[in-house]
Amino acid sequence: MEHDHLEQLENQSVYILREAYANFKNLAMLWSIGKDSTVLLWLARKAFFGHVPITLVHIDTSYKIPEMIRYRDHLAMDWHLTMVYGQNKGALERKETFPDGNITRLQCCKNLKTDALKNTLSGEWPRYRLNLETGKYEPDKNKDPYTGVIVGARADEEGSRSKERYFSPRDKNNEWDVGDQPPELWNQFKTDFAPGTHLRIHPLLDWTELNIWEYIQRENIPITDLYFDKGTGKRYRSLGCYPCTTPVDSTSKNVAEIVAELRTGKFANIAERSGRAQDKEDGGLETLRRDGYM
Amino acid sequence: MEPTRNATPFAPTGTPGGIVDGRIRMNIVVVGHVDHGKSTVVGRLLADTGSLPEGKLESVRAFCERNSRPFEYAFLLDALKDEQAQGITIDTARTFFKSAKRDYIIIDAPGHIEFLKNMVTGAARAEAAVLVIDAKEGIRENSKRHGYLLSMLGIKQIAVVVNKMDLVGYSKEAFEDIRDEYIAFLARIGATPRFFIPISAFNGENLIVPSDKMPWFKGHNLLSAVDAFEKEPPKANQPFRMPVQDIYKFTSLGDDRRIVSGRVESGSIKAGEQVVFLPSGKKGRIASIEAFHAAPRAEIGAGISIGFTLAEQIYIGRGELMVKTSEVQAEVSRRLRINLFWMGKKPFIPGKTYYLKLGTAKVPCRLEKINYLIDASESGGQTKIAVERHDVADCVIELSKPLAFDPIARLEATGRFVIVDQYEIAGGGIVREALAEYAQTSASEKPSLLSRSSIPAEKRARLMGQKPALIVIAGGPGRDPNTPAKALEARLIELGKRAFYLGLEDAQEADAHTSSESGNSKIESGWEAEAPAALLGRAASLLLDAGLLVVAAAKGLDSEDVKILESLVKPHAVLQLEAPADAEEATGATAGLVAEALRALGKFG
Repeated sequence: MEHDHLEQLENQSVYILREAYANFKNLAMLWSIGKDSTVLLWLARKAFFGHVPITLVHIDTSYKIPEMIRYRDHLAMDWHLTMVYGQNKGALERKETFPDGNITRLQCCKNLKTDALKNTLSGEWPRYRLNLETGKYEPDKNKDPYTGVIVGARADEEGSRSKERYFSPRDKNNEWDVGDQPPELWNQFKTDFAPGTHLRIHPLLDWTELNIWEYIQRENIPITDLYFDKGTGKRYRSLGCYPCTTPVDSTSKNVAEIVAELRTGKFANIAERSGRAQDKEDGGLETLRRDGYM
Repeated sequence: MEPTRNATPFAPTGTPGGIVDGRIRMNIVVVGHVDHGKSTVVGRLLADTGSLPEGKLESVRAFCERNSRPFEYAFLLDALKDEQAQGITIDTARTFFKSAKRDYIIIDAPGHIEFLKNMVTGAARAEAAVLVIDAKEGIRENSKRHGYLLSMLGIKQIAVVVNKMDLVGYSKEAFEDIRDEYIAFLARIGATPRFFIPISAFNGENLIVPSDKMPWFKGHNLLSAVDAFEKEPPKANQPFRMPVQDIYKFTSLGDDRRIVSGRVESGSIKAGEQVVFLPSGKKGRIASIEAFHAAPRAEIGAGISIGFTLAEQIYIGRGELMVKTSEVQAEVSRRLRINLFWMGKKPFIPGKTYYLKLGTAKVPCRLEKINYLIDASESGGQTKIAVERHDVADCVIELSKPLAFDPIARLEATGRFVIVDQYEIAGGGIVREALAEYAQTSASEKPSLLSRSSIPAEKRARLMGQKPALIVIAGGPGRDPNTPAKALEARLIELGKRAFYLGLEDAQEADAHTSSESGNSKIESGWEAEAPAALLGRAASLLLDAGLLVVAAAKGLDSEDVKILESLVKPHAVLQLEAPADAEEATGATAGLVAEALRALGKFG
């Protein structure tokens, strides 16, 4: 049976998601509300026949573009998601953030993203869970650490991500040993792990930015409209916190126009995350990632 | 046949189809001995075909100038800092690359022996391979080892490039000597490369255009050779195989489907066809093909992740292999001859329990013996008692329970496995054949180490005033069999009978649990327990021989499980009763069931 490259990508991602679900009791999927992790969420609905039996975790830095939070909660209610968020309340209260002018961008990322993520996944900091009856967030009773964490990272995004495995171990401190990764062959993944460690699972590793948009188009996946030009000649290509994310010059007003734009190769020579200011500081994304950043 | 159903009430929000980029994609791995120039080959290929991001080449050149190092194309790939510091490629970098013909994911695998597991990881994903040999150094240990591993990994399309031809003066003889020696080596393991190409990656000779430095060479350049590789034909003509990933029953929002899910590894299947699950041997018929937000498909072929509902209510779990009854069956055995390569830090030794993972099955295994080591650098083997790191061996392994598989010569996807040592994938290999099993306590046999009573069964029954029987109280969904089973036991004893209660964990859940729960907690348990129905059958068998009435409560038993029970307790009788719907309390329903059981026993004598 002939099937195109999007189908191959979809079939592999669905296989990985089901392997993750079968092998991990405390499984979470990180949902940044961006295009990649939203495609991942859609693939989970494919894998589980319309259901999403995995907890979705969002790290709320409080500097996300407000439309993103509205869109998150709308889809969570619509698709009956188990939706949880966590944040670094301490750093926010003490104003230890870049927008407050007290620390660098990278330190800010570490506080609001990396540390918040680490402590939300481990259950050491409070998690807030969406009550699908009331539409309000409540403290989550589940404080168990997540041992499997599904992430929407793609190999083509940035150099360090091209080294990942589908199932990639992280030690007690969330650290990633790039030099000593498990072998991965014939769709047999690392699903056994020592107590205290956990696995990052990357179902989108083989997808490109173009594949993501082609798939959004093919499946008609609802996506936040921050990616589209609304008449200013600018749009976001990668979504982050608003103080550190700048839009790109583009007049693409919908998914079809983005697909067409990417196919022209207009952005082929510009990194996808070029609008993300923290990458440009010394060490950038790689330093963040070693420490557990997505 | 039935069309694919969309999941209701989860209505699709759009229609599939749409425009997709029709370009074909191929995974190519680049392997070879350390320092023979793999990263240079890839880096130069990316640069020459204009596949690099703008400014990347310039920034790497500038970096080299700043650090007073000569520029190398390999640096382009070394995106990670510590790799550049060490000067070796640590991991399998995946690089996207385009030719006029198609898109490539070009995998640069490390040649250093320490990183064999990374090389294997890269190569296992590849459809074709480029093997790099240094023209000056010639064929080295890993040139051979990688050649052997490519063949074991199932990669049949190989281009061998003899690199650094500039260092041997672009000599035709130097190229042909290496070519002839390597062809002779590969012939020993039954592999034949498609292409041999003399190149100089550093100078760009024979990479994307024919080299004028080597006019004596008329064959393909590297790019045209890679473009000449063929995509593997679809596996539709092979027997159907689907390792079961899971059985889903998501009850939320009124969904009552029970879906057997997995990915078709070979062959194809339609609704209405008869299937059998191995190793359990349970049979069923495909009632419907299930997918979410997908166009209906009459037939499901290889590579598709999908789900099925069955016409029969049978209980199977993750790890079974679904095959068609009309086709050649997979084999089932507890003893296998395998070829294995070992990547673990600790050797593979006899007497220790490991896990073997094949498809979605995960079974404890032990090394029985090593037939011989396949030493890539010698034609003969040598004897050893353990398989050390980086060894390749032909050996015999024993499994704690039956495994369904195909010999590698018949099917690849279901003939490959990995071995897990503690928490790590430590070995990979292929199944050559099933071997005869040692005598097991099979269905009708009793454990031979126990000596049996010499009192004939009829005499025992007469003296005890009762005929032994196994009464199975089955609990369907939401029905508790334990309360009525215990009530029946108590009533029988009141009546002067010798009765004994046995409760069994939910057979269906236990099946799923033992197979899908990760080894993180179970790894210590070693040799694993048998299937719930078999466990119950064996325990009941002894009690029945002792003349007792055995009252067993079991949830989630299906008709196939009852067959297993009957065969295990032969010649004793099995009476099957269904637990009432509200049996939690000692209600009238429970009393009714007890009375029904007594009537059935009365008839039986």
